[in-house]
Amino acid sequence: MTSPATSTPITSLITGFVGELRAAGVPVSMVETIDAMRALEVIDIGDRRGLKETLAATLVKAERHLGAFDTAFEVYFARSPQDPAGDESGVGAPGGEGEGGAGGTGGVEDDLDDLRRSLLQALLDGDMDALQAAIGGAVDRLSGFEPGRPVGGTYYLYRTLRRLDVDQIEAMLRDVLTGQDGELGDLDRRLLSEEVGERMEELRQAVQEEIRRRLVADRGREAVARTLRRPLTEDVDLMHATRTDLAALEDAIVPLTRKLAARLARRRRLLRRGRLDFRKTMRRSLATGGVPLDPRFRSPKPHRPEVFLLCDISGSMATFARFTLQFTYAMSTQFSKLRSFAFIDTVDEVTDLFGPGTDFTGALARVAAEAEVVLHDGHSDYGTALAAFGEKYGRDVTPRSTLIITGDARNNYRPPQDELLAEIAAKARAVYWLNPEPPSYWDTGDSVMSRYGRWCNGVYEVRTLRQLEAFVEELSLPGSRNRIQAH
Amino acid sequence: MIDTASNFGSPADVMKGLADVDYLADHRIAQVAFLADRLGKPILVEGPAGVGKTELAKSLAKLWDRRLIRLQCYEGLDESKALYEWNYKKQLLRIQADEDHEWDQLEDDIFSDDFLLSRPLLEAIRSEQPVVLLIDEIDRVEIETEALLLEVLSDFQVSIPELGTITASTQPFVVLTSNNTRELSEALKRRCLFLHISYPDADREQEILLTRVPDLPEKLAKQIAGIVRSIRQMDLKKAPSVSESIDWARTLLALAIEHLDTETVTDTLHVLLKYQSDIDRATAELTRR
Repeated sequence: MTSPATSTPITSLITGFVGELRAAGVPVSMVETIDAMRALEVIDIGDRRGLKETLAATLVKAERHLGAFDTAFEVYFARSPQDPAGDESGVGAPGGEGEGGAGGTGGVEDDLDDLRRSLLQALLDGDMDALQAAIGGAVDRLSGFEPGRPVGGTYYLYRTLRRLDVDQIEAMLRDVLTGQDGELGDLDRRLLSEEVGERMEELRQAVQEEIRRRLVADRGREAVARTLRRPLTEDVDLMHATRTDLAALEDAIVPLTRKLAARLARRRRLLRRGRLDFRKTMRRSLATGGVPLDPRFRSPKPHRPEVFLLCDISGSMATFARFTLQFTYAMSTQFSKLRSFAFIDTVDEVTDLFGPGTDFTGALARVAAEAEVVLHDGHSDYGTALAAFGEKYGRDVTPRSTLIITGDARNNYRPPQDELLAEIAAKARAVYWLNPEPPSYWDTGDSVMSRYGRWCNGVYEVRTLRQLEAFVEELSLPGSRNRIQAH
Repeated sequence: MIDTASNFGSPADVMKGLADVDYLADHRIAQVAFLADRLGKPILVEGPAGVGKTELAKSLAKLWDRRLIRLQCYEGLDESKALYEWNYKKQLLRIQADEDHEWDQLEDDIFSDDFLLSRPLLEAIRSEQPVVLLIDEIDRVEIETEALLLEVLSDFQVSIPELGTITASTQPFVVLTSNNTRELSEALKRRCLFLHISYPDADREQEILLTRVPDLPEKLAKQIAGIVRSIRQMDLKKAPSVSESIDWARTLLALAIEHLDTETVTDTLHVLLKYQSDIDRATAELTRR
């Protein structure tokens, strides 16, 4: 039983690993590192899976950090190399195949066919060792791995998968699984294709892992870890998010708002105690012989702002508007009223599209299609949009209303007409501006942020979900931010 | 019973032991339970509702034949409910009973063991036999209240100003569960081993079904596990938990259904899903061709 890190003493390996976790944004304390080291003394560190779970339990204390942990673990504790003839041993894996798979043609193809069959068998048995052995062989022969060549792992991944012809493996897998179950109804077909999908994902993951292992051997841990590092979902820049990031962001919104709402509710109770509830206090005092040991208080009515949300939905701002809308609507129980408006160079109310229980993606599509937000050429014009807002909805703005404007304040060199914002601000309780650009870009080029900013109660840089969360928290419960950060 | 510091030789033992009391642990659960036992640290279990977080503590207690002491957390839980409380009424009676005694002696008297009401945490510490302490839904208490637990969790002791520090005679095995409705404090997380339990994969769910519903035909169990997995991937308000899939299996068994097709599934979906909008969505997805 050899340790997966035969060449490096385990202590320095763990230290490096912890450093990588921290670099990826996972907070790991000194005490936790020591705990991990202590834990290693009681487990069999030759068991890679056990090692991984042990490190995860001691070093990572939040589910959202597990993704970063998995990636770092793969780099720092790569599976010990299979022998170069891994493909041969793979073929010799448990027999019993023979179902499915068309006969190969020609010598090289024959070889590949054997490889596919051993992969298939390993997938069917769920035998990860056999799978890894077979994949070792596949990557050896098919990835065309060139040491020292500065390409990413994805390049080799797709190359291997293409040359392995994964579609054929998928077809073989489907055949075998269908064969086991006989006649199939609609439902069974659905279940089957999901199962096949899952197994194929396993295969893809295993190939990726194998390639990373080789990259690590070639370039060293630190270099590979650096290229694989991704910001945590809350810290992804909303303006430059990839498609995968966007999906993760979307999934993160609801849990995030739920937590925020729970936190706000608790804070509210703690911040302001209501007046003494005489009746309840007297009633309680009966238990202690008439001595009021345990005074009771009425709960105060929470302050819930009335929110007007104005979103720039022109091309560059669309993603940002989407997340602001989605987040704010998810928090709508915190506000006494929430009205939303979309604008490009004129403004239209879109509140009705986001009624309770509506499908958010559908509603957003309707905003883009139905809202009348373009008067001229489809470029943002904050000036005319503000004029239109003042004219159409200005009388609804009262000292109870809080206005939130989202956009980059890039006015395409048109007149900013910021006196209109001043007029609205004079009537409203507060005006906040959320800008998805870093402050160093404000007032450069066609950005007129400070012209608007001077009429606002606050201009916030909101480039990430974390910043958006902090803003909404501040909005719902003024002054709460510092207290929370103190923890 | 077993009273030594460590009850298990290896994670595999944990898995086997838990299986004997009908709890099917995966590798991660077994590994973390093993570590917690060996290192004497609490486990913080997190995950969606109904995946067996509480059940883990119960099963460990059953396996070791230990008493399970449970502290159910809720908003407003305070030390008088979690740690200990002085029995005011009894103290008052005692004071009234002999008025001629010197106050000094009386004071010593009324702040003694006889007037102390143990609440779950203190009870777990004072138990002669080792116990399993389950602190359920820790995320429901205020972040300030969490601090009450810290002394118990790291040093296994409770300080009572009038009495001094009470140290555990036997170390309890502590399991905390959280539904992750808020971020727990760093101090608490640092003291625990973290275990995230998510929904089991289809194979393990099938095994769980077969264990919990012994009469279930294997083929039906496989189908149920597959459909539940499929439904969990949909965008629902509340994904079906393991306990709900067990309920569903029992229902199907009671209805003498041996093979599922789209119609029987959509007819019985209300056992699995608890919101009408979820049922509608799942029905639409499953009947779509």
